[in-house]
Amino acid sequence: MENEKFGMDARQQTDLKDPSRRSFIKQSSLLTAVALTPATALKAAEDHLDEQIAGVLEKLPLRMEVNGEMHNLSVEPRATLLDILREEMDLTGTKKGCDHGQCGACTVHVDGQRVNSCLTLGIMVNGKKVTTIEGLAKGDVLHPMQEAFLKHDGFQCGYCTPGQIMSAVACINEGHANSEGEIREYMSGNICRCGAYPNIVNAIMDVKNGGMEA
Amino acid sequence: MKQFQYVKASSNAGVITAISKPGTKIIAGGTNLVDLMKRGVTAPDRLVDITHLPLKSINITGKGLHIGALALNSVVAENALVVEKHPLLAMALKAGASPQLRNMATVGGNMMQRTRCTYFYDTAMPCNKRAPGTGCGAIGGINRMHAIFGTSSKCIAVHPSDMCVALAALDATVIIAGPKGQRTLQFTEFHRLPGEHPELDNHLATGEMILSVEIPDNNFAKNSYYLKVRDRQSYAFALVSVAAALDIQNGVIRGARLAMGGVAHKPWRLFEVEKSLIGKKPTEENFAQAAQLAMQGAKAYEYNAFKLKLAPATIAEALKHASGLV
Ligand SMILES: Cc1cc2nc3c(=O)[nH]c(=O)nc-3n(C[C@H](O)[C@H](O)[C@H](O)COP(=O)(O)OP(=O)(O)OC[C@H]3O[C@@H](n4cnc5c(N)ncnc54)[C@H](O)[C@@H]3O)c2cc1C
Ligand code: SF4
Ligand code: FES
Ligand code: FES
Repeated sequence: MENEKFGMDARQQTDLKDPSRRSFIKQSSLLTAVALTPATALKAAEDHLDEQIAGVLEKLPLRMEVNGEMHNLSVEPRATLLDILREEMDLTGTKKGCDHGQCGACTVHVDGQRVNSCLTLGIMVNGKKVTTIEGLAKGDVLHPMQEAFLKHDGFQCGYCTPGQIMSAVACINEGHANSEGEIREYMSGNICRCGAYPNIVNAIMDVKNGGMEA
Repeated sequence: MKQFQYVKASSNAGVITAISKPGTKIIAGGTNLVDLMKRGVTAPDRLVDITHLPLKSINITGKGLHIGALALNSVVAENALVVEKHPLLAMALKAGASPQLRNMATVGGNMMQRTRCTYFYDTAMPCNKRAPGTGCGAIGGINRMHAIFGTSSKCIAVHPSDMCVALAALDATVIIAGPKGQRTLQFTEFHRLPGEHPELDNHLATGEMILSVEIPDNNFAKNSYYLKVRDRQSYAFALVSVAAALDIQNGVIRGARLAMGGVAHKPWRLFEVEKSLIGKKPTEENFAQAAQLAMQGAKAYEYNAFKLKLAPATIAEALKHASGLV
């Protein structure tokens, strides 16, 4: 990640002239403020406004690959990955169920691992690869897990389904789909209010036994 | 959620400098902190992201198995050294949260997670832990999930971690870095009882961070078991959990380690019960006796009296599993 260290350029020139600035820069060079429009940051650094920078930094640059495409965004540090995907990128396949890590509807893959996007700060995904439900199919060809959910009726209302499918793909990739019991345990992070569980388990078994192509 | 400043630390020293300032908090997996920030239970001015620091390793040292504070719960649970040497820890980790959450959650964050007491989470309710001096909503409220050991008139919350119960049983130590350098603490001394200051969950001082935990070698790998009883089979916090580890030689118990979760403000280590098992045979009767001894000093509240029966039953059952009786 090429985050800018703030004060970097200013440092060589001004370090020696101004002791208070030097101590500020010394402290801040231990922390890489990922941030900001460099202009406001430099201004803040010059004014020794360590504490006040928070107010200046409303948005930070976020560079992440989503479903194979690189995106450069500008986000508030408090924005979750889930909200960025849905609100900023129009990728509404990923669902918000509880917004607190309790349901799994928001499950996406970050660098290939399944995570709850509702508890992930977008800015912490900087430089990483995200896959959402929209990224599974290859053009018009559905992912085998999507096919299997259709074949086995792995849903009723469909609200939990994107999260279930993202989790199911990871469940097999992790090697945790070796028995019905193991699948149930390793799919327990995805709640289905409609109770489609038996069919979801069947879909996963089917893909696993058919030898899933990633 | 309140707006905050986000910075990344490029070294442990950077983290320590940053968190020495009031209003600054470490963020690791974010699974507890982001949740609490969304609910307004905590509202830091600045977060220090530590996730890229080199604190993820799991390796053998002269002192035992060393696990970095940033090792992910999912990674620790499946690590070959952990599974071979301390299967109890792997079992406890797998009993916690969900696969997605374990992919985010770190060892340090797990230790530092706050109670799940619903009054603590609800900012409209009194809670001495969240807002000291406002009273305790749970005493006299719906206290089904709450503690039966080590409570105070200020707070009856439990520590919600599974991992910590196993680490307490396994005699782990915690390695901490702060403004004055490094220090170590026994894992059983890391978390506090509520006493007069329930706002403090543990003995980490301002400006200190967790670097790692270390588990000394032992003879418990063959006979350990983590038993967690909860309202549903998975993805729920413990009502009661038990970490049991036995060293059985020639049919006699030579060493025992026992700790409970879901019953106190900290992982509840049962030193006396462990001693009582030494020299005994691993039988149902001996385990039932040990379980009764464990309940000395237990005190229930209006809705959690069931734990007075559930806890000893869980201890006996965990010991049976650990010793191979079931
Ligand atoms: C729905 C749900 C269910 C769950 N179920 C369970 C369960 O059954 N069992 C269980 O054990 N847990 C459970 N958890 C809790 C989960 O295990 C914790 O949230 C997780 O372990 C916290 O780790 P983290 O890295 O995400 O911490 P963060 O959220 O990043 O941080 C938590 C706290 O730790 C501090 N911190 C982090 N790292 C350090 C460090 N190195 N030094 C000092 N301070 C640090 C942070 O400042 C913060 O205050 C559940 C969580 C959710 C949301
Ligand atoms: S039990 Fe503790 S955490 Fe819960 S309301 Fe009482 S003081 Fe707060
Ligand atoms: S929306 Fe993320 S777990 Fe429910
Ligand atoms: S299909 Fe309706 S919630 Fe799962």
